[in-house]
Amino acid sequence: MTHKLIKPVMSAEEAVKNVKSGSSVMVGGFNYAGVPYTLIDALVEQGTKDLHLISNDTLYANDKHPEGVGHGKLVVNQQCRKVTASHIGLNRETQRLFNEGKMELELVPQGSFVERIRCGGFGLGGVLTPTGVGTIHEEGKQVIEVEGKRYILELPLKADVALIRGFKADRWGNLTYFGTGRNFNPAMATAADLVIAEVDAIIEDSPLNAEDIITPGLLVDILVLKGDGYYASRT
Amino acid sequence: MLPVLDEEVVRHRIAKRIALDLEDGAVVNLGIGIPTLVSDYVPEGVSVLIQTENGVVGAGPKPEKEDLRFIGAGGRCVSLLPGSSLVASDTSFGLIRGGHLDATVLGALEVDSHGNLANWMIPGKMVPGMGGAMDLVTGAKTVYVATTHVDKKGRPKLVKECTLPLTGAEVAGVVVTEFCVVRKTDGKMVLTEIAPEVTLEQLKEHTTMDFEVSPDLCPMKGID
Repeated sequence: MTHKLIKPVMSAEEAVKNVKSGSSVMVGGFNYAGVPYTLIDALVEQGTKDLHLISNDTLYANDKHPEGVGHGKLVVNQQCRKVTASHIGLNRETQRLFNEGKMELELVPQGSFVERIRCGGFGLGGVLTPTGVGTIHEEGKQVIEVEGKRYILELPLKADVALIRGFKADRWGNLTYFGTGRNFNPAMATAADLVIAEVDAIIEDSPLNAEDIITPGLLVDILVLKGDGYYASRT
Repeated sequence: MLPVLDEEVVRHRIAKRIALDLEDGAVVNLGIGIPTLVSDYVPEGVSVLIQTENGVVGAGPKPEKEDLRFIGAGGRCVSLLPGSSLVASDTSFGLIRGGHLDATVLGALEVDSHGNLANWMIPGKMVPGMGGAMDLVTGAKTVYVATTHVDKKGRPKLVKECTLPLTGAEVAGVVVTEFCVVRKTDGKMVLTEIAPEVTLEQLKEHTTMDFEVSPDLCPMKGID
């Protein structure tokens, strides 16, 4: 199996070499679930800076985990010049670095966040949503009236690289998800130039059942088997 | 002065009162804090489908054994009840914005005379992000606001006009505190229930929100 439709399987260290200084990086996950922990640890180890992190939240950094959990580590390690997220309240460093002017922060309502990614991945010029109308989220955005109702125009969001987390993969890169780990991962798989999927298992000798596949393999460029880190092995 | 009630009594009273409003078959999203407790008080004979914004439709109570692969919107582990489904975030927020949710229950920093709700930031102090709150207040058919009547310094939370950045404009449908229930009716905030510990005068003293008193004002339900 060497043709192009068969996706390369790499170590996390090798895979994250594709993340360069200045890259925009989408990271899947909501709270603990669906986070590519092994890829993140490799990216922390690699130390690449000046990243634009695009993720729903920045997980945790607190007294119990001063070093951060998951992609929260990228913030603690000051590898991000900008974070685009919907909620950062559980990572004290995200708040601090933003308050001190050391990191840019763009907060987006969660539903608009995923729609912006969908627009990026599905060739749409934007989406009209009623969410945020009449709030400060409206500021600086185009508001368009359709049939008497006001909507905010939310613009597409894309990234250089998406680090996503799946459950099972086959060698064609097709993915399934598990539990609440699906969240933003399928949308992010559509919206980045390079998609690296960390998975629990790679089925070597047969394709996944086509009916069960959530993310088609054409969207996935590199497969990485999850490691045995604390959270990788618990999710 | 308002009577001082035990903090836990307050939290559970508010949650229980909101739970009594839920109809059989309702699809409901519960925010963090007091709203999370609502599911403990759903009356017998009433089944509700609890939706979490990260993709559970049909969430059950916290399981005995923690499993980080099944997380609720508040970061607590959840179980799946029979009939539940798991969806991605785009579908989850499609359900929320698309009018498929009967109710959402959220906390408040301020809620005002127009039903404006502020619950996501205090400029310069606390900027955790709005998460799914702006979508929830926009999309759910009824927005329940679960809040203590005054803040820790004794200042009213039911205010004339919100001063904090809004989560949503004119979105609050029902406001429940430990002392009263206020329902938005024909664009006006109307006091419909009052707790036994307070008089109407006391309540007015600690409420700057403009509200009318329902002709059918009755004792707050759900208090044993």
